[in-house]
Amino acid sequence: MNIDSTPTAEPIARLIQEFNELPGIGPKSAQRLTYHVLRAPADKADALADAIKAVKEKLSLCSLCLNITDSQPCAICRDEERDHTTICVVEEPIDILSLERTRKYKGLYHVLHGVIAPADGIGPDELKIKDLLSRLNAGQVTEVILATNPNLEGEATAMYLQRLIAPLGIRLTRLARGLPYGGDLEYADDVTLSRALEGRQDM
Amino acid sequence: MTAPRVYQTEAIIIKRTKLGEADRILTLCTPALGKLKAVAKGTRRPQSKLGGHVELLTHSLLMLARGRNLDIITQAQTIDDFLPLKDNLERVSRGLYISELVDSFTAERMEDRRLFNLLLDTLHQLSQAEDGELVLRYFELHLLERLGYRPRLQQCASCGSSLQPAANYFSSSQGGALCHDCAYQEPIARPLSLNALKVLRLWQDSDYATASRVRMKPELSSELEQVLREYIKYLLERQLKSTAWLDKLRQESQQANS
Repeated sequence: MNIDSTPTAEPIARLIQEFNELPGIGPKSAQRLTYHVLRAPADKADALADAIKAVKEKLSLCSLCLNITDSQPCAICRDEERDHTTICVVEEPIDILSLERTRKYKGLYHVLHGVIAPADGIGPDELKIKDLLSRLNAGQVTEVILATNPNLEGEATAMYLQRLIAPLGIRLTRLARGLPYGGDLEYADDVTLSRALEGRQDM
Repeated sequence: MTAPRVYQTEAIIIKRTKLGEADRILTLCTPALGKLKAVAKGTRRPQSKLGGHVELLTHSLLMLARGRNLDIITQAQTIDDFLPLKDNLERVSRGLYISELVDSFTAERMEDRRLFNLLLDTLHQLSQAEDGELVLRYFELHLLERLGYRPRLQQCASCGSSLQPAANYFSSSQGGALCHDCAYQEPIARPLSLNALKVLRLWQDSDYATASRVRMKPELSSELEQVLREYIKYLLERQLKSTAWLDKLRQESQQANS
């Protein structure tokens, strides 16, 4: 799509086009980014091009936790300091970033790469559930933490995993579902409030 | 007179897709406006004030502002969250299946109060019923009726003669039961047992309370499921995606029990 009717040099038009396809970037932002790159020093532009190339060429899925990684197994799975008896199950690689930011969790992860969504035709076979079960069957793990999103599909996926994992006799926990920090009781929905009441703690 | 800029409606959330960073597009089933799509901003953030009030399979009271393309949800209050439905994997899967059915069969902005009530009622039944499959069949049959696809079950759908009280046939293309003679000319007709015919007739003209008194053997239940599933597939010209998940769940629970 060429937005301007004025003729633009082909490389510029191409870069604008490429930026425009990124999420959240409209035609105007794409133009601004393009001209920014154009004016930037050559080494800056090279660094950007290299970084983009590297994510596609050097990254793969970790053979254990299926997180995106540049080494096999990934840095988390390799880390001897971490607790190798606990696995936290998340929907997407990006969820690991959020959990790691807390610095509270020292175990390993397992990425499902999605969530059960029947209307989109996504069932357990489309997720990395078999990989999880074979890790659990290896015998080292004593606790599985289900950290799928607290919404309908996330809960359904957690219930399904519960069915599969419960017979293995491994401790199974679910991240607490309750009120968000910085939130407001007035706006809390009934499900969240019910869960918050059920999960209340002595203080 | 121009339409007011903001309006209020009850709605059941039947579908949800991600939009941008933290927003969602919701598909709503409403009594007076039919099916419509609306934007729920910021609902993927934990602190969202809409959050759980606009979760899938929730009955909510919404305030919407007209937007250029899609209307935007400004306030939401849960009327019924169907928590017993959401706490059980089989039930919630059935709930997702009926939302997919409604979404596939309806066009946007077509008022249908009775369809809304049927959906609401069915979600209540699914939250408590022992025989969830029966609820699904009753819903399918009545949804088809609301849409003008009421299967013809008293007379042969092709020649109009009275059906014999014996095994007959069902034809998706003719939209009803067929007598022996007509079934020979209809290659895709499937056999329909007398019991199945009787149950379908009863459900067609009774309310849910009467319909739910039927006790079905597994073979009859699965025959009815196949008949209606084929009919729905014929009408939509495709298979619903969530049926695969329902089948898988059932298959795994049978394996676990055996």
